[in-house]
Amino acid sequence: MLEWLKSVVSDAGIISAVKVTFIMAVSSTAISSVLGILFGLLLERFSFPGKKIIVRINRTLMGVPPVVAGLVVYLLIMRRGPLGPLSLLFTIKGMVIAQVLIITPIISGMIYSYARKSAPSIRAFAVTMGATRWQTAKLIIRELRKEIYFCMVTGFGRSISEVGAVMLVGGNIKGRTRTMTTTISLLKSQGIFTEGVALGILLLVMAFILQWICDLLQKEGEEDENY
Amino acid sequence: MKKKVLAVLVAAAMCVSLAACGGNGEEKKEEKKETKAATEEQKEDKAGDKGRLMMATTTSTEDTGLLDYLKPIFKEDTGWDLEWNAVGTGEALKMGENGDVDVVLVHAKASEEEFIANGFGVERFPVMYNDFVVIGPKEPIAKTDDINAVFTQIINDQLPFVSRGDDSGTDKKEKKIWENLSLDPASDPNYIESGQGMGATITMADEQKAYCLTDRGTWLKQSKDATLESELEIVCEGDANLLNQYGVIAVSPEKYPELNNEGANDFIEWICSDKIQKLIGEYGIDEYGQALFTPNAGTDS
Repeated sequence: MLEWLKSVVSDAGIISAVKVTFIMAVSSTAISSVLGILFGLLLERFSFPGKKIIVRINRTLMGVPPVVAGLVVYLLIMRRGPLGPLSLLFTIKGMVIAQVLIITPIISGMIYSYARKSAPSIRAFAVTMGATRWQTAKLIIRELRKEIYFCMVTGFGRSISEVGAVMLVGGNIKGRTRTMTTTISLLKSQGIFTEGVALGILLLVMAFILQWICDLLQKEGEEDENY
Repeated sequence: MKKKVLAVLVAAAMCVSLAACGGNGEEKKEEKKETKAATEEQKEDKAGDKGRLMMATTTSTEDTGLLDYLKPIFKEDTGWDLEWNAVGTGEALKMGENGDVDVVLVHAKASEEEFIANGFGVERFPVMYNDFVVIGPKEPIAKTDDINAVFTQIINDQLPFVSRGDDSGTDKKEKKIWENLSLDPASDPNYIESGQGMGATITMADEQKAYCLTDRGTWLKQSKDATLESELEIVCEGDANLLNQYGVIAVSPEKYPELNNEGANDFIEWICSDKIQKLIGEYGIDEYGQALFTPNAGTDS
């Protein structure tokens, strides 16, 4: 069992797939987190006409089927598309764009929901303590950090598990845009199940480690509060 | 009351999904028995309705629309409902090895013979052939009928080439051509493997202005149906090395007695019959101006 896992993990194609997956997931989670958290918090902070519709659109996009997002990005960046000259199709950059399109609404929607619940009371408290706007914003982010970690982990989880959009935009090119999930899909299409299962285990291990890091971060945060 | 109804509905949905996802062999067998029982019931209801025949086949037979065309005729002639799973040749044969299908229709003679030698198939019958073509931009390769010259030029000039890289029949054909020329495609930095089906690979080649080996049927259909007109053209066709022979094999009833061997034999006899062979030879002429497959049952191809 261990030998078998070892032989799979040391395979050049698999290593490259893990690398591609990681680069893609980390960059798309980072970009989506910045955009999503900012958008979610701003959406909670300000009221304006049409806000309800924007929230509703956000909620709809949270459930956008990844292949649809993939198709939209494909049409944008293909050679004869509006962004064709940038030659982003079949590159990791293109995959990240599709992922950001999928993950950002999820993060912003979650953050908005959390913030709507707890931010008003925090704000009221900060105002009575005479905090400036900037201090208030910092306090809200501090108080919401657990939720923020959680959203980021969710985003990362979505990112490493994505197949459809990544297959469309990335093209599953060996050694360049082939991710762990598209490798599994390809292995299955070749009737090779053992290595697919090994990759699946590897993905689960990655998710587990991530969850664990997230837990550690949360615990640290709680300890801080005791002072 | 409403809650109870809801609970029952949820439970029913779960049962259905559980049955549908049944992963291990035993469950599968049970399922098959159930479907068999169900088909037997159907038999009594309707004369000439014998049940389901499951086939694993390659993407090209589905992509060209041949199977959709043959299915109703098969039903009318024999009473079997033909269903299929269109995948690469490698996976199709694997499905046969696992006893998931009753019959396979694929195109990789060596693998098919190995499949039979290993006891998974009964006998291989040639059905038809189509041919492969190399498509790509007009420049720099001039149109020719010499596949070796084209492939050599691709490596020498390091031209972009998109390979299936998915162990399908087409992929095996391509690898064989490189092997016969003792060329290593990996030495071309512009050689990429898509790991996807023929249609997706052609689209990728079109995007990258690259060359690619495809079966003629998928190419004709794709260049006709795609929203954006393809900028690629056939640069090589007609070489004897580019023929693509299809064979049909019933999965061994000795290994998997629960399979529908009767239906599989009916299908083989039917598809090799003169009437259907003639239909196959005419398929595509109306739509594409040329036949997509050439029937050759009864030969030893």
